Amino acid sequence: MRSFSFIDFVSLLSALRWTVVLVVLALAFGAPLGLGLATGRISRIAPLRWISAAAIQVIQGVPLLGLLFFFYFGMPVFLGIQVPALVAVTVAYTLYTAAFLGDIWRGGLEAVKQAQWEAGACLGLSRWQQFCHIVGPQALRLSLPPTVGFLVQLVKGTSLASIIGFVELARAGQVVSAATFQPLLTYAVVAAIYFATCLPLTLWSRSLEARLDGSR
Amino acid sequence: MALVEIRDVHKKFGRTDVLNGVSLDVEEGEIVTIIGRSGSGKSTLLRCINALETVDAGEIHVEGQRVHAKMPDLRQFRQRVGIVFQAFNLFSHLKVERNITLAPLLTGRIGKSEARALAQDVLARVGLADKIDAWPEQLSGGQQQRVAIARCLAMAPHLMLFDEVTSALDPELVGEVLKVMEAMARQGMTMILVTHEMGFARNVADRIVFMHQGRVWEQGPPSKLFVRPETPELASFIASVK
Repeated sequence: MRSFSFIDFVSLLSALRWTVVLVVLALAFGAPLGLGLATGRISRIAPLRWISAAAIQVIQGVPLLGLLFFFYFGMPVFLGIQVPALVAVTVAYTLYTAAFLGDIWRGGLEAVKQAQWEAGACLGLSRWQQFCHIVGPQALRLSLPPTVGFLVQLVKGTSLASIIGFVELARAGQVVSAATFQPLLTYAVVAAIYFATCLPLTLWSRSLEARLDGSR
Repeated sequence: MALVEIRDVHKKFGRTDVLNGVSLDVEEGEIVTIIGRSGSGKSTLLRCINALETVDAGEIHVEGQRVHAKMPDLRQFRQRVGIVFQAFNLFSHLKVERNITLAPLLTGRIGKSEARALAQDVLARVGLADKIDAWPEQLSGGQQQRVAIARCLAMAPHLMLFDEVTSALDPELVGEVLKVMEAMARQGMTMILVTHEMGFARNVADRIVFMHQGRVWEQGPPSKLFVRPETPELASFIASVK
């Protein structure tokens, strides 16, 4: 047995790297998919609306833990493919991110007045041009604060990946705690690192909200 | 052939008849003002003319072309028919210049190098040349509405529709918008307006159309319609807006 030392702190910090990797992967795949779901939700084609709505409902209604279990433990059982932990967690967090961002962005798109689409249509613009140049940019402004807010959820949510043995910050905390027998101290440090990561995001979200509130 | 030909148009919203067999011709260069109580179908008729609403029965032709929401060149058609709304509907995330040049650029009417000159030109026509770099929110309601008119003018439309464009304005700002519209009328623009501005209807319009219960109830030159209304409905309407 040894006591919690600077080395342990460094190993926790270096595990934070994998937390960041997870967040980046989730955003890289989840954001485009989320945009697809958001535009699907406001599509003029009814089946697209239904599919997007159902996808969002299902993913939001399943605990993140369930998604992780399904893709890590379930895939080998149901489909006979053993997936590496990184792939399983990436898929799970991608879906999670897509569902929540899709819903946030749908809200942003719907918050832009219908008359803005109409004004574009009356000038002879296609629906796609109306989306790209008129409604999309305005929806983005409206959605930015809650999007950054979701990022905070995502950062904290990656801690669940530790359950299936993926070594990120939370899992590194378990390892250090087992080695030092100082769980309280270790997890306090882990929590502090999460907090220090999320605080700037929260502040950014707040300032965006203040800056974009009511203006343009 | 009239520029706009409306033949026996019917339109329901749910189970309510909004248009009940409207027929109306508008000649090129004519200024036609549609008046009537709220709910008489004026705005709906205007919105049908550029296919923002579909008609249930009857036909609308503009420049000889049948108008409907599924027409193959709807977008080209809408570039030729400008519409100005009560609520301005400027693009709040774009400066005045970009509000005006967005559609001409995207539809390929003009190239990038011509954009600013076009914006300057149409803004000068509505008396706002100095606001080219302003944000919409920095403008008064009257100025925003004039930018909305300039935005339409930038498409060089053959016909302009005005849907109660002064109704959302403070009384002292109405005049500046009407002045711009008068100038357009003098320049020969074909215009169809729905308005509550009886003074404007009387002084600028070539013809007044009184709508009632989804029909054209009575129409004629302002000198006749306002002085000697034939139907009691029009007489009571005129009395009520005086």
